[in-house]
Amino acid sequence: MSDIFGIPTQVILGQLLLGLLNGSFYAMLSLGLAVIFGLLGVVNFAHGAFYMLGAYATWFLWGRFGINYWVALLLAPMVVGVLGIGLERIFLKHLYKIDPLYGLLLTFGLSLIAEGILRELFGSSGQSYPVPDLLKGAVDVGFMILPIYRVWVIVASLSVCFLTWYLIERTRLGSNLRAATENPKLVQAFGINVPRMVMLTYGAGVALAAFAGVLSAPIIQVSPLMGSSLVIVVFAVVVIGGMGSILGAILSGLSLGVIEGFTKVLYPEASNIVVFVIMAIVLCWRPSGLFGKD
Amino acid sequence: MRMKNINLIFYGCLFIAGLMAPWLGIYPVYLMTLYCYAIFACAFNLMLGYSGMLSFGHAAYFGFSSYITAHLITVYSCSTVVAILAGMLTSCLLGLVIGFIAIRRSGIYFAMITLALSQLVYFVCLQASFTGGENGIQGVVRGDLIGLVSLKDDLTMYYFVFFVFVLVFLFIQRVINSPFGQVLKAIRENETRACSLGYFVDRQKLLVFVISSTLAGLAGSIKSVVLGFATLSDVLQSTSGEVILMTMLGGAGTFFGPVLGAGIVVTLQDTLSDKVGSWVTVIIGAIFVLCVMAFRKGIVGEVLAYLNRQKEKSNPSTSL
Repeated sequence: MSDIFGIPTQVILGQLLLGLLNGSFYAMLSLGLAVIFGLLGVVNFAHGAFYMLGAYATWFLWGRFGINYWVALLLAPMVVGVLGIGLERIFLKHLYKIDPLYGLLLTFGLSLIAEGILRELFGSSGQSYPVPDLLKGAVDVGFMILPIYRVWVIVASLSVCFLTWYLIERTRLGSNLRAATENPKLVQAFGINVPRMVMLTYGAGVALAAFAGVLSAPIIQVSPLMGSSLVIVVFAVVVIGGMGSILGAILSGLSLGVIEGFTKVLYPEASNIVVFVIMAIVLCWRPSGLFGKD
Repeated sequence: MRMKNINLIFYGCLFIAGLMAPWLGIYPVYLMTLYCYAIFACAFNLMLGYSGMLSFGHAAYFGFSSYITAHLITVYSCSTVVAILAGMLTSCLLGLVIGFIAIRRSGIYFAMITLALSQLVYFVCLQASFTGGENGIQGVVRGDLIGLVSLKDDLTMYYFVFFVFVLVFLFIQRVINSPFGQVLKAIRENETRACSLGYFVDRQKLLVFVISSTLAGLAGSIKSVVLGFATLSDVLQSTSGEVILMTMLGGAGTFFGPVLGAGIVVTLQDTLSDKVGSWVTVIIGAIFVLCVMAFRKGIVGEVLAYLNRQKEKSNPSTSL
């Protein structure tokens, strides 16, 4: 096997795959964050908590009711989405007219509550979840060995990202949504039920986070704190990409995952902080983010 | 004029209570921890309350300077005061760098950026060798006060911390009532207007950021001397959340609010943590939700608003 800069190609490709994997999680989460922010004007700190809840729902459905992975892939996001809608109705909808900082603080409080409850119920140690039978094992593609489940995660999340992009940028529903982002009063005057759309958008964004949680369940330990550190990285991704654009969120999520993967090869100590360093550099150079409009 | 007298009596009583507190059977270490968090919250309030900037990463200064102080004392046997000053200087520089980057955006972006950069500081603390990683730094000796009195005794240490706290409180009051403080309020209310009036908004914001981070560092440094250790939990995001809660609960933009909020949160954690375990997190989260939904002015803010309403009711002619 050949080397690149003295590092075996195997290692580089392996980290590239891992980077793409992390990147697809960043992409899914920052996408949901961007959609919610666009319409609600709320930075959803609880996004990491909903991601964690999605993973826990999967683990719980399997452990308690024997429900398999594929059903959970649909059921868990729906359950968490409904929870999100409930929270939007009870709390968030009262905060749209005031400073967006309150939305951030509220969702921070909600995520603390979720973390605390799950820690009390299931303990703070991680729970493991088996890889579904269909996706077990790995294939040898000649130049490297691909674990099937990881490839599935990348494919599934990219498809979901594409689907979301298509829904928002190319359909009637999406154009209503974008119009409501620009001018909710006018859209309301055209007879579209904006509050309902806002509620469903929050539900969908939250469900997207839970979907990411389901995907992550077999590859990481399901623990109460799995979301809280991830959400900070996703915030940095969103600052780098600029919150205005859907495509920007996807692209910056993926590419930052890959950069993080390469950093692990070249300088492992910095792999935790590379995203934040890039954020600082981007802010100095282009304060509104790479794809930002304002 | 009467309001001023009431204030004077209120703070005078508190000052005397603070002087007497250790003689009333209250555990001095608990009170010192409370003062540290009160300094921390007052420093934070300078930004959130008076400048309208929500920093979600104040744990970075608090925790990092506590590491610096603990490291200087344990490894180089620095004198206590020098180590604390060095901690302050470090968090001042850290605040300068982070502030320089963060003030490029405002509002929620500012919050996200400060959060992300404080996470960077957290990872540095986790991986750097001098911080002792997961174990933290243990065995910080209290030493003495510039060779005059030993701080090993809890009572002497208590008065030292108490006087630092009073000084910081007075300093913040002075800053807010200065022309600089007025400019900060103008920026909070309308940044564009403050800019068009000829103020260098960015410079003012950076200055308040640095003052706030320096004082947060002071709080962290003293805390590590009081408790004798520095740990990772002080750099954690949850500590940043706690200081926000203290300030909001007591009342952002009021002088006494953050002190009261710090008192409530510290007491809550002190009494509950060994009894209810993880429910402390749930309770803290619930208070957050309650603050945002029900009383955004905080306890002191709501009381002041109520007093103002009463005054207007009884004396409508003088109200503005």
